Amino acid sequence: MTNRRNFLKKGALASLSTILGAEIVFAKNIPDGMTPIIFQDDDFYTKFNKHKDMIVLNDRPWNAEAQAHLLDDTVTPASKMFVRNNGLIPENIDVSNWTLTIEGESAKQSKTYSLADLKRFPKHTYQLTLECGGNGRSEFNPPAKGNQWTIGAVSCATWSGVRLKDLLNDVGIKSDAVYIGYYGADKHLSGSPDKQAISRGMPIAKAMQDETLLAYQMNGEAIPLAHGHPLRLVAGGWPASVSGKWITRLVIRNQVHDGAKMGGQSYRVPCDTVEPGAKVSDDQMCIIESMPVKSLITYPKSGALLDQKTLDIRGHAWAGELKVKSVDYSIDFGATWKPCKIQDPVNRLAWQQWSARVTFPKKGYYEVWARATDEQGNMQPMVIPGWNPKGYLNNACHRIAVKVK
Amino acid sequence: MDKRLLKLTQRLYRITLGILSLTLLLAVAVAYIQIDPTLSAFEKEPEIAEAATEVDDNLVENGIHVKTGLKDGESLMLVVQNCTACHSAKIIIQNRADKEGWKDIIQWMQETQNLWELGDNEEKIIDYLVTNYPPQKKGRRASLTNIDWYELN
Repeated sequence: MTNRRNFLKKGALASLSTILGAEIVFAKNIPDGMTPIIFQDDDFYTKFNKHKDMIVLNDRPWNAEAQAHLLDDTVTPASKMFVRNNGLIPENIDVSNWTLTIEGESAKQSKTYSLADLKRFPKHTYQLTLECGGNGRSEFNPPAKGNQWTIGAVSCATWSGVRLKDLLNDVGIKSDAVYIGYYGADKHLSGSPDKQAISRGMPIAKAMQDETLLAYQMNGEAIPLAHGHPLRLVAGGWPASVSGKWITRLVIRNQVHDGAKMGGQSYRVPCDTVEPGAKVSDDQMCIIESMPVKSLITYPKSGALLDQKTLDIRGHAWAGELKVKSVDYSIDFGATWKPCKIQDPVNRLAWQQWSARVTFPKKGYYEVWARATDEQGNMQPMVIPGWNPKGYLNNACHRIAVKVK
Repeated sequence: MDKRLLKLTQRLYRITLGILSLTLLLAVAVAYIQIDPTLSAFEKEPEIAEAATEVDDNLVENGIHVKTGLKDGESLMLVVQNCTACHSAKIIIQNRADKEGWKDIIQWMQETQNLWELGDNEEKIIDYLVTNYPPQKKGRRASLTNIDWYELN
């Protein structure tokens, strides 16, 4: 307690000197190597530069989500991007000495790259949708274990970096390779150095897609710490846990990767559908790959009171590996639907923008519902989709409340 | 005329300088208060502060354990001691499960997350959890609630 208190004191003074832009006498008391960030483990918004309306679900490990109206930007800014962690965010990252090693039983050699080495490969930029597999978990009944995400664990930022396939080809892939696994610099919650917080991955086919990146930039700048600085895998359209953060090592595997949160019930759903509340054994659980079709109404914010009977609405729609074909809206609880305008994605795996002008027939309480349909004809359900033990893949249509006076 | 103007300018300059430095002082004070509202950095005896935080550890207000946000109840401190060493209490508070469900979570943490054996405390902890955080019936889709109404024109 004393240490923490002293730390806060010194932190406050150090920060004060930053505000003044000058040395102050007390600053000499700060020990060497002390991070000049105050509120070390207290203020999420300051520490990670997050918008004040972001909702913190958990503070050890840090987990926070956006709300629908915060996600109105076409390209999600860092301040409104959800934060999902399984472990503790690494500290004191030394960019100049950061290395990435690629190895594994199906790698032709083991090779280590510095960040400078990686930047010598061709640079590619894509806007990529990342949604937490558990986004929407809070609605499942019976309740599913874990962070109770509502709708805000999704983002679509612009990522720049090396194509993963360029690196894998540089190392050499043996013909028996089936999976890529990642290891990051985050620490296990228990503090045990022998345990990984999370070490997931993807099949070779996903790793070899043009859009699968080992990114060193987000929205044209260095990746923020909470989002994987300085190096992050980005596999758009798949559960965001595939897009490992703070990457130090990749392994090319001759079997499905067996790192932390690959097995058991994590990021898996029953291979065959089950009744709500069923117990499902681990060997009957299958790994989630492409995320399902989904959409959000990002304008207006839920709760609008209107004097007039027309309302312009807009939002985004996405469908994992697939393109969204159409978006419809309903103002009568799904009884009738009307089409929205929808734009093509800026690139594959980016969310698409939709809009519509709604006319309400008379005064009263309305819910505006949006429902996207992917290119294979799959639609968002209006009720909660198939129950699964860990509460993944809730893509039920988004609803906002409106009153016409 | 020129002399008067010069004097006036000098005077104005001094006044402006005075106002500016006062503003700067105020800004520093405001900034400092925001960072350290209790002015703790100027306290002389950290022992007093330490004693104050010690009391806080057990403080319960309106049925809520202030330090963790957990509901007050039998075996609360057992839960605080065993369940918040690695993770935040926030993950407990946002989850709901029956007896079997909480037992499963504990077992999963023991098998994969380095949670220690709880011995006789396990039953007490599960009782606390299922009493204070039991499952609620939600149906297939709940009504929209907590709507924050605002004028949009």
